[in-house]
Amino acid sequence: MNNRAKQAAHLIVQASALTKQVDTGDNQLTILQDINLEVNAGESIAVVGASGSGKSTLLGLLAGLDVPTSGHVYLDGVDIFLLDEDERAALRSRLLGFMFQSFQLLPPLTAIENVMLPLELSGVNDSRRAAQELLERVGLGMRLRHYPRQLSGGEQQRVAIARAFVTQPKMLFADEPTGNLDSATGAQIIELMFELNRERGTTLVLVTHDEALSSRCSRRIRMASGRIVN
Amino acid sequence: MNLFRLSLRMLHRDWRAGELRILALALMIAVGSITTVGFFSDRVQLALSRESNRLLGADLLIMGDRPLPASYADKARQLGLKIATLTRFPSMTGKEENNLLTEIRAVSPGYPLRGELRLAGDTSEIITEQITHVATDIPASGTVWIDEKLMAGLEIAPGEKLEVGATQMTVAAVIAREPDHSVGFVNMGPRLVMNADDLAGTDLIQPGSRVTYQLLVAGEEEQVAEFRSWAQIQLVPGQRIEGIRDARPEIRSALERAEKFLSLAALASVVVAAAAVALAVRRFIQRHLDGCAIMRCLGASQSTILRLYLYHFLTLGWMASGLGCLLGFVAQEFLARWLAGLVDTSLPWPSGLPAVHGLLSGMVLLLGFSLPPLLNLRRVPALRVLRRDIGMTNLHGLAGYAFGLLALSILFIWEAGELRLGILVMLGFLAAIAIFALFGWLLIKLLLLVRPQGASAWRYGLANIRRRTIASVVQAIALGLGLMAMLVLTLIQNDLLKDWRTSLPPNTPNRFLLNIQTDQLQPLAEFFAQRGMRQPDLYPMVRGRLVTINDYPVQVGDDAAEARKKQLLNREFNLSWINELRPDNEIVAGRWWQSGDSLDNELSMEEEIAETIGVKLGDRLTFDIAGSLFKATITSLRKVDWDTFRVNFFVVVRPGQLEAYPINYITSFYLPPSQAGTMHELVRNFPNLLVVDVATVIEQVQKMIAQVSRAIEFVFVFTLLAGFIVLYAAISATQDERIYEAAIFRTLGAKRRQLMRAWAAEFAILGGLVGIFASAGATVLAYVISKYALHVSYTFNPWIWLAGILAGVIGVTVAGLVGTHSTLSQPPLLTLRKIG
Repeated sequence: MNNRAKQAAHLIVQASALTKQVDTGDNQLTILQDINLEVNAGESIAVVGASGSGKSTLLGLLAGLDVPTSGHVYLDGVDIFLLDEDERAALRSRLLGFMFQSFQLLPPLTAIENVMLPLELSGVNDSRRAAQELLERVGLGMRLRHYPRQLSGGEQQRVAIARAFVTQPKMLFADEPTGNLDSATGAQIIELMFELNRERGTTLVLVTHDEALSSRCSRRIRMASGRIVN
Repeated sequence: MNLFRLSLRMLHRDWRAGELRILALALMIAVGSITTVGFFSDRVQLALSRESNRLLGADLLIMGDRPLPASYADKARQLGLKIATLTRFPSMTGKEENNLLTEIRAVSPGYPLRGELRLAGDTSEIITEQITHVATDIPASGTVWIDEKLMAGLEIAPGEKLEVGATQMTVAAVIAREPDHSVGFVNMGPRLVMNADDLAGTDLIQPGSRVTYQLLVAGEEEQVAEFRSWAQIQLVPGQRIEGIRDARPEIRSALERAEKFLSLAALASVVVAAAAVALAVRRFIQRHLDGCAIMRCLGASQSTILRLYLYHFLTLGWMASGLGCLLGFVAQEFLARWLAGLVDTSLPWPSGLPAVHGLLSGMVLLLGFSLPPLLNLRRVPALRVLRRDIGMTNLHGLAGYAFGLLALSILFIWEAGELRLGILVMLGFLAAIAIFALFGWLLIKLLLLVRPQGASAWRYGLANIRRRTIASVVQAIALGLGLMAMLVLTLIQNDLLKDWRTSLPPNTPNRFLLNIQTDQLQPLAEFFAQRGMRQPDLYPMVRGRLVTINDYPVQVGDDAAEARKKQLLNREFNLSWINELRPDNEIVAGRWWQSGDSLDNELSMEEEIAETIGVKLGDRLTFDIAGSLFKATITSLRKVDWDTFRVNFFVVVRPGQLEAYPINYITSFYLPPSQAGTMHELVRNFPNLLVVDVATVIEQVQKMIAQVSRAIEFVFVFTLLAGFIVLYAAISATQDERIYEAAIFRTLGAKRRQLMRAWAAEFAILGGLVGIFASAGATVLAYVISKYALHVSYTFNPWIWLAGILAGVIGVTVAGLVGTHSTLSQPPLLTLRKIG
């Protein structure tokens, strides 16, 4: 383990000098500029900001879904951009859980099959029991065999929560998890997410533009024009 | 294992959601079509060759110049085959002072094993088909059957006695038609059929007699084939095997052409189905981009994604292809029953090979078109879960389709059994796609310049096509190729097949006259004129034996492989001369003589004969013609269209080289069945003439053409089905986009009618493009196929353009509107929510 990694051992997420530029044809557009961020294990942080401020881009880079123009991201001490695509995918399956605004469930699979999916992809044999337990935990014990299209938005997001936690990840990355839900349902989902987060000691990185929601996190990072402004 | 289970689960769900139906249906139809033709050809070819074998009197003949060892008959019996024997030799037969050299045929019970021998008991009137009956047995002991020539020559009638060697026998009947009379231009003298048991009593076979001993064999195809391969090894010098394909080039040529027509018909449906498979795979991939991105996000490696979908496609492929085989089997049985009237013999059971062929073809087609996009699919970036606009991997690349086309070409080569045809078709399709893509893109760009005023439907329609340039080009290419294949098949069915049919018009020459002497030309012309018959074209010929090749005496080995060569070299060649190359002859090597050429003796040889006797362009041959030697150099090799039934020669020379040798003439003419009695008179007036009756062979080929025409009509149903599927697939390809578009437009207040009109305009423009592509492609492809694959003449058919464009516009518009109608009934909010 190098010095940097040793130093980061107590940190679960660390981003340094993270910059993302895209080519628009005529010129380079900077979406993220020189982002430095550290998140401790068990911490919950909210990334807030206006639309287009770079929140989702940051989330994508932190989760290794995208690659930066420059800079580094360490997840659990591993410099993820030294890994290739498949190694980053393997790392994600080991460390991360995800929740998205549009739920991102696979339409052809039932609720329980969607929850089993990350386990099956990583070769776990008995995935059904764990998936069922979690679905029961999120209140969908009666909806195991329903397809996403047969579920309400709130129920679909509950399935997504179960899927995110089924691998017992160290970190949960959530991108506007209540963005597609009405406020009452959204509140229930948030409650559930924080509850599970607490129970399992997961580190939470939450992207939202909902100030109320962000206030529930232990730390808030505000972004504007691709920079962290506080 | 987990992954396989997951894959099966997803396959099951995808199937239920209707995601795979187009793909599976397209595959089923492609495989169904291939296997229908495969199974059916298998059965018909067996039946046809069996019917053709009627002309031989058996499925196979073993011939020898000495009595055949009993082992041949024993082996045939052991294999469950039927056998009969025929002993053939020339001998004098007589009545009182009249004697005539006759071909005696002593036959054993069972003869003929295939086909029928027709007899006329009463010869007081002209022998026509109506007054004849089929012989149910062989001549009873002490009796003989004779042909008209012998009857005329000896002036003998049924009931009278005839001297055959040391015995006297009674003429019991007159032979009207023998099954094996028209096979080979040999045995053309007067004929007599007697019972083999009487042979010993005649004392005619003495040491040194020129006798041919034949064993006739018939039975199931498989056993006959087994017997043939066994017998092939047993043959000793002086023995040979003959099947119908060895004997008649016309039948072989017609069979091969029939097989090609059927294969092409099946391949047309495969091309259409391939277009549907390509479109369906593309839509499948598009609809699974999100799922893949999610799985990538959840930690699936690229190889996991690839394996997951490979299992998916392999399972689907086997299942759909298996069902396709089943469909093919049922369809061919139906076809066989439908054509039952055309094939006299019951169709034999097909082999399992077409099923294996069909299964593998289905997999080749599926993997050919799905592997490249699957390799792309695994590279979908996980970031797509956050940004849906990224991750549309290269779905439109020509490279992806090139692999599919390569697979299609492999199928072509396999199915057509010809490398050249396969390569031609592959290059043709590649060129068509490239040209379609380029012109499609250019035309769409040109549409940018069109700004219809007022007509908002057309404006929106044009705008839609422009907006979806790539999708529109892909749709137009797939539909264009599909329609092109259908048009080509229509052309094959109507024009090319008609050409073949008309190459054998009802008045195709059905009699050949040989051995016409120069001094008989005038009387013969008068004979024809008196009976109101058209004057036949006479071809001069001299007979010569090939003695040296490049000044070395011709040598033939004694092994079985050399049997055919030996047979050819032992006979005299008919050498003729012509100035102009005939249309049913094609130069395949060297060049035809020109007026300005040097006067060196030039010779043109039929290519297969040249190959059999082992000579090539530039070789110098010497023929012994009535004791003097004639030398000539091979300056060209010809391919001869034997199934035109015109007089053709294996060897022709440049005019001016053979005229000094003893010449006789040959001709062919059509004799209507009602004038069959004319032959009787002809034989009386010109006893030296040899008459060969090929009416049965012509009937056989005409029947084959009729069968092929109807079978192609049947196979066309598959192509049509595949056509509907490709239409549906093409319309579905932009369905998601249209649902979204409809939701936005309707939210903004557009009426359903307005949207329908805009889409109708878009589909009509697309359909027009498809029609132009398909008509142009079909015209070129039909020309190439007719010229290079079927070797029939091609006439440009302008109607194909009208039909193509109309079919394109109407088909695409109607199918498009029907297919998208339901998208208008979804509440806009629901759609917009779903898209998120």
